[in-house]
Amino acid sequence: MATDTTFTNQEFKIVGTRPPRPDGVDKVTGRARFGADASAAGQLVGLVLRSPHAHAKIKKIDTSKAEKLKGVKAVVTSADLPDLTKGDRGMFDMLENCMARDRALYDGHAVAAVAAIDAETARQALKLIKVDYEVLPHVTDVDEAMKPNAPIVQPYIRTAGIEPKPTKASNVAQKSEFGHGDVEAGFKQADVIVERSYKTEQTHQGYIEPHACLASVGPDGQGELWVTTQGHFTFRNVCAGLLGMDIAKLKVTSSEIGGGFGGKTHVWAEPVALALSRKANRPVKLVMTREEVFRATGPTCSTSIDVKIGATKDGRITAATATLRYQDGAFTSIWGMLGAMTSFACYDLANVKSVGYDVLVNRPKVAAYRAPSAPMAAFAVESTMDLLAAELKMDPIDLRIRNAAKEGTRASYGPTYGPIGIGPTLQAAKNHPHMKAPLGKNQGRGMACGFWFNFGGQTCTDLNIGVDGTVSLTVGTVDVGGSRASLSLIAAEELGIPYDRIKCTIADTASLGHNDTTEGSRGTFSSGMATIFAARNAIQVLKARAAKMWDIDVADVDWKNGRAVALRAEHGNLNELTLGEIAAKSPQTGGPIAGHNETVADGAGVSFATHICDIEVDPETGKTKILRYTVIQDAGKAIHPDYVEGQFQGAAAQGIGWALNEEYIYGTDGRLQNAGFLDYRIPVCSDLPFIDTQILEIPNPGHPYGVRGVGETSIVPPLAAIANALSNAAGVRMTHIPMSPPRVLKAIKNGRH
Amino acid sequence: MSEGIHVATTVNGDAVEYVCSPRETLLDVLRNRLGLTGAKEGCGTGDCGACSVTVDGRLVCSCLVLGAEADGREVTTVEGLSTGGKLHPLQTKFIEHAALQCGICTPGFLVSAKALLDRNPDPNEEEIRYALAGNLCRCTGYDKIVRAVSAAAKEIRNSNANR
Repeated sequence: MATDTTFTNQEFKIVGTRPPRPDGVDKVTGRARFGADASAAGQLVGLVLRSPHAHAKIKKIDTSKAEKLKGVKAVVTSADLPDLTKGDRGMFDMLENCMARDRALYDGHAVAAVAAIDAETARQALKLIKVDYEVLPHVTDVDEAMKPNAPIVQPYIRTAGIEPKPTKASNVAQKSEFGHGDVEAGFKQADVIVERSYKTEQTHQGYIEPHACLASVGPDGQGELWVTTQGHFTFRNVCAGLLGMDIAKLKVTSSEIGGGFGGKTHVWAEPVALALSRKANRPVKLVMTREEVFRATGPTCSTSIDVKIGATKDGRITAATATLRYQDGAFTSIWGMLGAMTSFACYDLANVKSVGYDVLVNRPKVAAYRAPSAPMAAFAVESTMDLLAAELKMDPIDLRIRNAAKEGTRASYGPTYGPIGIGPTLQAAKNHPHMKAPLGKNQGRGMACGFWFNFGGQTCTDLNIGVDGTVSLTVGTVDVGGSRASLSLIAAEELGIPYDRIKCTIADTASLGHNDTTEGSRGTFSSGMATIFAARNAIQVLKARAAKMWDIDVADVDWKNGRAVALRAEHGNLNELTLGEIAAKSPQTGGPIAGHNETVADGAGVSFATHICDIEVDPETGKTKILRYTVIQDAGKAIHPDYVEGQFQGAAAQGIGWALNEEYIYGTDGRLQNAGFLDYRIPVCSDLPFIDTQILEIPNPGHPYGVRGVGETSIVPPLAAIANALSNAAGVRMTHIPMSPPRVLKAIKNGRH
Repeated sequence: MSEGIHVATTVNGDAVEYVCSPRETLLDVLRNRLGLTGAKEGCGTGDCGACSVTVDGRLVCSCLVLGAEADGREVTTVEGLSTGGKLHPLQTKFIEHAALQCGICTPGFLVSAKALLDRNPDPNEEEIRYALAGNLCRCTGYDKIVRAVSAAAKEIRNSNANR
């Protein structure tokens, strides 16, 4: 079957090699065009006015002076973005997040926007807009927001997941519960029980490219949007819905994307840019500043988590519970639920319960950040696992191996696992030379595990063969880190032609069917699957054309190594036909040769990683230096190993920054105090060592090549791996992330454990 | 509106003239007036290095230099790195070593790395890491970037030795 997703264990000729990426030259010469690199004739500069208050009633907005300023072509407020959402709360939240309506809900919330002939005029116009605010009490801390008398962020919220349904408004949007067995009975069987509470601060994806778009809407209701996004089809649907446009009449083109990591999965200023363009009847380019990116796009949650794990003397866990409180910013989402689902996914547990809370605060709407919600839960659980190992006087890695989930384990979040990689990554870590390397004074080693679900989703791919035998592969998932190379490898493998005969392009929304957003590590998994099927469909056409050229029955044609082969002895006089030879004749044999596939790529395979890290703590300053770092992760099948390693390394580096430095710092006034790369410090080149990688390949049975998503899992273990290393180096158990020098110094001064 | 300033300068070896506002940065001029969008604005505050260019051979963040200051100088951007239709060894090695993922920081890294190799043709790992500490990359963890710069340095040294 052309569309059978079952893993076939085929031997690869090209998949698994490391050819240069097709967009490499453009990206090293400055030619690649990112979000802010496009221009249109007559374009205006769009700028957004943002609330300086964490929570305020907007009593009146006077735009008259700004409108009168020479060179200003449009000013918009929420009045220009009327509510067309027809009771769809999710869509309304996106509308309200793009432009505040009666209340500003966080520092940085958009309240108005202008389009002017140049940046100076636009900046001047923003100053002329007068907003009459009535400042309201605010709350930014997750635990504070759950208290009974906390200021209410969204008065419509009644906590979901509680019976009977509450009648009073609350900041707790949702309670979700997962698990099985009887945890009370399980704790009674335990010889040792460890219980600890943890906090993690809010971090940002920190992509180097700020959000940027070029919007153009004409009076005929047709529009175009050039935008840096992880999901241009999703952006099209959402923007069309919010602006009352027909989906087919809004063409969205994804630019090269300068990093997203989940942060470019939601619309932020794009509907505003379209509204400005519609009002001005001119193209509008809107580029965020770095400060706007920090204040007004979607970082990840800050959290507060309690974990309790009990085990018998021989190290078998008898029960485990977690309570996880995640703040979603000012709009409800599922981040606490995902935290609860992922928390114990690495382990085979008879009695387990996790309870997640999604909590609203006066902070920006939280967006996905690489394996969203999993790193914080893993920090709490994996730190507690090390505490448990210490109580049991067991090697932490042996404790994990003893309790690791395996094929047939019922996951704490519900499903039963197929073949999975947690056991193999742990064994590989145990056997790794890194584990035996000597350590010096003030140095320590830690390890931790991580899990991510991975995702498939709606996918649509075209494959067109030119008369010269070269192949245009057209996909709709955005290339966030080299997927055009991986997908070209897959097409070359299927067709049996060289890699450099394929050219992979990311299509705009007018040129291909809907593709879900590139998230959940789905790019190479799902577009790879659709590419395999599209190529196999094209091969059917190639075989039919060869049959026509030979004037034999198509049933007598096979496809081998990029050539049509005539079967049966009586066709022995027919020479094989290459793909190029068939393509050259295509105008005479029935026209262009193409393969197409649309699918919902089910069967994403879960992914696990184990990390090892060595650190050194300076006891004078509390500064932690990463000395050595090893990532071991299951990829299912590494299509282009360079870019698989790159995902492992990049994810680990983000986790290291999160663990040691990065945090949103809010003042008591509810304003973000460090909205820039100087004060929100992400790891720089001199902060890190080389990051060693080991790719394991435990095939995903739900993909023809065995591919699993690889992009996210390795941001999950670093927080706990580093905390565990710090505990071994300095004798202090850090329960608050980031483990910045002042916190570590304080812990050292307060004494050991 | 503010009065424009006339500037005559050299960009990637070509004589260029423009009129800019006294508030405009060199980065704005390069991107918006000269169409050279290789240098990127990642922060506008000199913290990310994505806008790195050289002015009279000196590495600068072009977001912290005014367009007017380029008068009479020689500006080199990533677009000026490859000469005569041939990629610079740094560019080749960045591709070969998969030293880029999204690629937004790549122009800045290449310009910074070239400035490093121009003054130190044989840097060790630590020297590379400190020289590139002003350039932020969020995708790679810097591993393959450091390897690519090291490999390019070696190739340049070898080709100079064989001359």
